Amino acid sequence: MIIAIPIEGKNLETNVCPSFGRTPYFLIFDTDTKESEFIDNSAATSTGGAGIKAAQIIVDNKAEVLLTPRLGANAADTLKAADIEIYKTTSGLAKENIDAFIAGELSILEEIHAGFHGQGR
Amino acid sequence: MKIAVLSGKGGVGKTLVSVNLAAIEGVSTYIDCDVEEPNGHLFFKPKDVLEEEISVKIPKVDNELCNGCRKCVEFCNFNALAYIKDKLIIFEEICHSCGGCVLLCPDKALTEKNRVIGKVEKGRSEQVTVYTGILNIGEASGIPIIDNLLDKNKSLSDQLVVIDCPPGSACSVMESIQDADYCILVAEPTLFGVHNLNMVYELVQLFNKPFGVVLNKCLEGENPAEEFCKEKVITILARIPFDNELGTLTSNAEIAVRKSNRFRDMFFSLLDTVKKEAQHEAATNS
Repeated sequence: MIIAIPIEGKNLETNVCPSFGRTPYFLIFDTDTKESEFIDNSAATSTGGAGIKAAQIIVDNKAEVLLTPRLGANAADTLKAADIEIYKTTSGLAKENIDAFIAGELSILEEIHAGFHGQGR
Repeated sequence: MKIAVLSGKGGVGKTLVSVNLAAIEGVSTYIDCDVEEPNGHLFFKPKDVLEEEISVKIPKVDNELCNGCRKCVEFCNFNALAYIKDKLIIFEEICHSCGGCVLLCPDKALTEKNRVIGKVEKGRSEQVTVYTGILNIGEASGIPIIDNLLDKNKSLSDQLVVIDCPPGSACSVMESIQDADYCILVAEPTLFGVHNLNMVYELVQLFNKPFGVVLNKCLEGENPAEEFCKEKVITILARIPFDNELGTLTSNAEIAVRKSNRFRDMFFSLLDTVKKEAQHEAATNS
């Protein structure tokens, strides 16, 4: 299973980024092979619609699960269209959240915020 | 002559000045460009109101024709399109109606459709033609509505047109003042008022518009906005007092010049000053 997480640095010991659309990097983690890939988030500098573009990147990287502290409405709609499951991270490092997810300790992200639209204008 | 009335924040007195100037002129046109919360109509209570819906063009996809090349997705600066599970998703509220995706699509899978974002009302209040722009709640940009209001009155040159601008100094204000021959900046007598006055002062200078300041809510004693005008050598067109009667009339949605001789004289004198200033500016610049 392939997991995506917005992260602040390009390693497993980094913090989860509080912003999904404008996170600097994504961690793409394969739970079967235990392989990690760190990708740049080209949506971070978008004029608008960063959440949609970031979601597209997650989909294109074949993720099946997203672990994130929060998520905007447009990003959520995009991810749901791709049948990606969304779980809420807890405080802690990226690695700890992956372990928590595998152990079944993370819950589904229920609250979707309306977004921070227009802030890049 | 087109006069735009603006201020760096809301509640300073744009509508008070705009409505009373249009009303004292008699045969005139009042345009409410504050499309997010138009309130001039509350004072004018226009009759014989005609409505017109305002739409923008947004893309519509025919997924049968779409080959999934993603040219549109990559092109869109606002990320209004996503390609998920062999289907194009369009986020209508994000779209800025540039039309680029439709032009780019190699398979003509994208066409344009109208999306209603608000309306324009035209009515009459005594001799004043009253236009009101109304943006639907939740819409991102009122610019298409402001453009429509101004286009309708573009060639109107034989009468006074008062443009009641949105607050602040952002895109919608820039759009509203583009056709103005003269700008009136309304300011409050506080330090906060000076900060907001400075924003619109910088804006009208950037647009090279002739302008003057109306000091509203004036009290005895210090007036930081007046100090600012003196320091920058800005014309003060009028000082409107912080006045109980004016406040009461306005909060009862009455037009002061239609109710009281005192305010008729005050706004007549302001209008006269503005006309002279505008003509003087036009003469100096021609």
